[in-house]
Amino acid sequence: MNKTFTITVDGVEHTLSADPTMPLLYALRNDLGKKGPKFGCGLAQCGACTVIHEGTAVRSCVFPVAAVTGNVRTLDGLGTADNPHPVQQAFIEEEAGQCEYCIGGWIMTATALLEKDPDRSDSEIREALAGLKCRCGTHMAILRAIKRAAGQMRS
Amino acid sequence: MTTKHLQDKDGLVSVTRRDLLKGTSALIIGVAVPPLATISSATAEASVVTRTLNPAQLDTWLAIAADGRVTGYWGKMDMGQGVDTAIAQIIAEELDIDVDIVDIIAGDSALCADQGGASGSTGVNLSGAAFRAAAAEARLVLLEKGSVELGVPLEQLTVSDGVVHRIGDRTQAISYAELVADRMFNEPISWNGRYGNSLALEGRAKPKDPQDYRVVGTSVRRKDIAGKILATTEFLHDVRVPGMLHGRMVRPDVAGARVVSVDEASVEHIPDVQVVVENDFVGVVAPSEWDAIRASKQLKVEWDDGDSGFPTTSDELFDWIRAAEPGESVVEENIGNVDAAFDGAARTIVAEFEWPFQSHARMAGAASVADVRDDAIVVWTDSQKPYDTGKGAKVLLETPINGRRKNAPDYSVRSIWKPGPGSYGRSDAGDGAMDAVLLSEAVGAPVRVQWMRNEGHAWDPKGPASVVTCRAAIDGSGNVAGYHFHIKGFSRADQNSRENAPSEVLAGHLIGHSNTPEWRMQTPAESYGFPNKRYSWDALAPLRQQASPLRTAHFRDPYGPEVHFASESFIDEMAFATETDPLEFRLGLVTDPRDAAVLEAAADLAGWEPHASARRRRDANGNYVGHGIAYATRNGSVNALVAEVEVDPNTGRLWVRRMFVGADHGLIINPFTLDRVIEGNLIQATSRTLFEEVKFNRKMVEISDWVSYPILEAADAPLEIKIRKINRPELDPRGAGEPTTRVVPAAIANAFFDATGVRVRRAPFTRERVKAALQSA
Ligand code: FES
Ligand code: FES
Repeated sequence: MNKTFTITVDGVEHTLSADPTMPLLYALRNDLGKKGPKFGCGLAQCGACTVIHEGTAVRSCVFPVAAVTGNVRTLDGLGTADNPHPVQQAFIEEEAGQCEYCIGGWIMTATALLEKDPDRSDSEIREALAGLKCRCGTHMAILRAIKRAAGQMRS
Repeated sequence: MTTKHLQDKDGLVSVTRRDLLKGTSALIIGVAVPPLATISSATAEASVVTRTLNPAQLDTWLAIAADGRVTGYWGKMDMGQGVDTAIAQIIAEELDIDVDIVDIIAGDSALCADQGGASGSTGVNLSGAAFRAAAAEARLVLLEKGSVELGVPLEQLTVSDGVVHRIGDRTQAISYAELVADRMFNEPISWNGRYGNSLALEGRAKPKDPQDYRVVGTSVRRKDIAGKILATTEFLHDVRVPGMLHGRMVRPDVAGARVVSVDEASVEHIPDVQVVVENDFVGVVAPSEWDAIRASKQLKVEWDDGDSGFPTTSDELFDWIRAAEPGESVVEENIGNVDAAFDGAARTIVAEFEWPFQSHARMAGAASVADVRDDAIVVWTDSQKPYDTGKGAKVLLETPINGRRKNAPDYSVRSIWKPGPGSYGRSDAGDGAMDAVLLSEAVGAPVRVQWMRNEGHAWDPKGPASVVTCRAAIDGSGNVAGYHFHIKGFSRADQNSRENAPSEVLAGHLIGHSNTPEWRMQTPAESYGFPNKRYSWDALAPLRQQASPLRTAHFRDPYGPEVHFASESFIDEMAFATETDPLEFRLGLVTDPRDAAVLEAAADLAGWEPHASARRRRDANGNYVGHGIAYATRNGSVNALVAEVEVDPNTGRLWVRRMFVGADHGLIINPFTLDRVIEGNLIQATSRTLFEEVKFNRKMVEISDWVSYPILEAADAPLEIKIRKINRPELDPRGAGEPTTRVVPAAIANAFFDATGVRVRRAPFTRERVKAALQSA
């Protein structure tokens, strides 16, 4: 049975009707028209769907709509062309990613990590990225971008 | 430059379906679309014209708008390697314009002539050559027009920044935009009559001398990046068309199981679900995506267990291959007298190398939107061969089978490429598109299909498994007198790399079309001047012919990693058997100076220290450390790699810590992007070498997700990759999308040997295998 939910995404309140077990990802993509969170596995194994919920990076593909309590930040809302988030800016400068299908997962995970504390070692960063997949194998550029962003966010 | 997809502009939603398909003709697919030039200047209705595609006309390739922007209509597409940017650079170079005013429209069968799609790392090389000729010709035509307009003889004119003017004098000047804007060139260009990769053009104009390049060879940035990172770019996955329904497939747990019965009542409680069954093709369609997913999980299907399954398992696979009867045997290369060399050998060395099936395992399984209504097919796809997707959809729907499609209409077809998750050959993209086409045909509405994770792993086409046997004859003075490389494995093309026929896609098999595998193998590509050498292969028929989860197809650098894992490991074995340093051994054998140059470049970057046996060095933590080298050519590209590895004997973890590359891909179009393309090749190949194996039992493959099929993650990425690129302006660009893949497995295996003194001859080098190898040593 569908139920009505009111959720806040990128600072905007939305009301939608959905099966309570439906993962947040489908609401974001189909009801709200978000493009950033992507379907990769639906199993919390790849990170393509990652959003930030109350400051923590979560996998929206397994996060029921019914569980949303606070603001959800998506890649779509993170920054704009004129005012990109420092992490986005660093990814653009570094040309991180190839197909870019995975990239939202890396950016949202890195954003949650660096916003808490941008002073991170290489191994802390790699640890925080555990579970994220990039089939194109662009890890080197992604790591460079995250370190570049960390540097900018520290200063 | 920017990459535009016309349908992004106002959204296909606002272009009517009639407009989308209007103007089709038998010979040339011309479709009603607004030319870019008029999008902003004319009313939508008035601007709808038919774009007629004729490769022998300049207008098919290039258009110049009133604002001076230049559009290239490109019949390939970029898979995230910046190839569209390279094409824009080539156009800007020949036309003497700023690269920022070049737009590329890619892979829409109604807008761009078929240049073969993304294929074999040919994007820059082959399709770039066509654009070089077209843009050079356009410049000449514009100079000629300018000469008439300005009343100045042609030879006294030049172009700066898209303005034709007298040499050294800008008072007499006229811009490209003024000369041609919004009108057609109406100029022929000589075309070789072919479509696809080999499509070639030649104009009257002579393209620039590479010495004069200003844009080509510079690090123009990929502008598609920003839109993707800011989440403003429309991916295939974001395409939504009016009335669109969501489809999901229902697959059996046993390979090749047949449908006995389908209980539609089992999903009746889910709103507006439709069940589509044809032979063994089973899918569900619903207005809500979540409902389609739920229905696909809840639909009760009874499958038989009949003739399904495989004659062997992944554990017994290599012995099975050794014993199997080949379907085709070929000697590719036979130089000197190999048999005599072995007869006269003082000693021989022999080694076998094993490589498993591997999954393409894209970041997301196949997706597509198809709209089949009346006599028209529109299909949105991220396939590397969108032209073949369209053709394949048409043949699929026009070929009678199961008592259906006898009176099928003569469909018009438009295929529209949109970016999707990286694809590295013949992935599952074309399979997903045909699923969408069949579902849309059945329900009479546009249908979006998204394969779930288990489908993307279990049912995508696979890279083939093989066993390689290498033998060397060493003569009395310690030289290699004869060398025999023999590969026996599954053909790399159970499925063609083009999904242009029902035999070549999973959906086709499921509704009853027969698969038609081809025999295609590979042997080493290098320039070693052994006096006696033989390269041969045995190809095996698929383990299952129909609808097989192990059907093979091209996966990045088809057979490159498998073949060169063996050949370049064995080169090291020969070097050590003759007490020679592996670098020195290679340098003594290569006959092409380009090959020697990349070997030296990689070795120099790595600080290579000569050694004629394994060094078994340990670092402060007790981990083994070693270096290994490998090199190979591929269609005129040549790469050498030194890998530095660290091996933890307690955990069995093999970490590729550093990689040093000497790379020669001919003329470099864009150094910044090239570095990233090489890095992607290296990391993906490292993942395949260390982690990836498709396990299977007699019933089914045992992979369904990233746990059962792990790939490299950030923790295992190297600390550093250093690349030294050798630019060859005198050569064409030779393609970079794949060639650095093939050097990776052997460089790692050779480094492992240097570190531990133990040879690994079976991929992947998992922790368990590493530990076992070290214990048995
Ligand atoms: S799609 Fe959510 S983790 Fe993969
Ligand atoms: S960039 Fe393609 S999957 Fe990461």
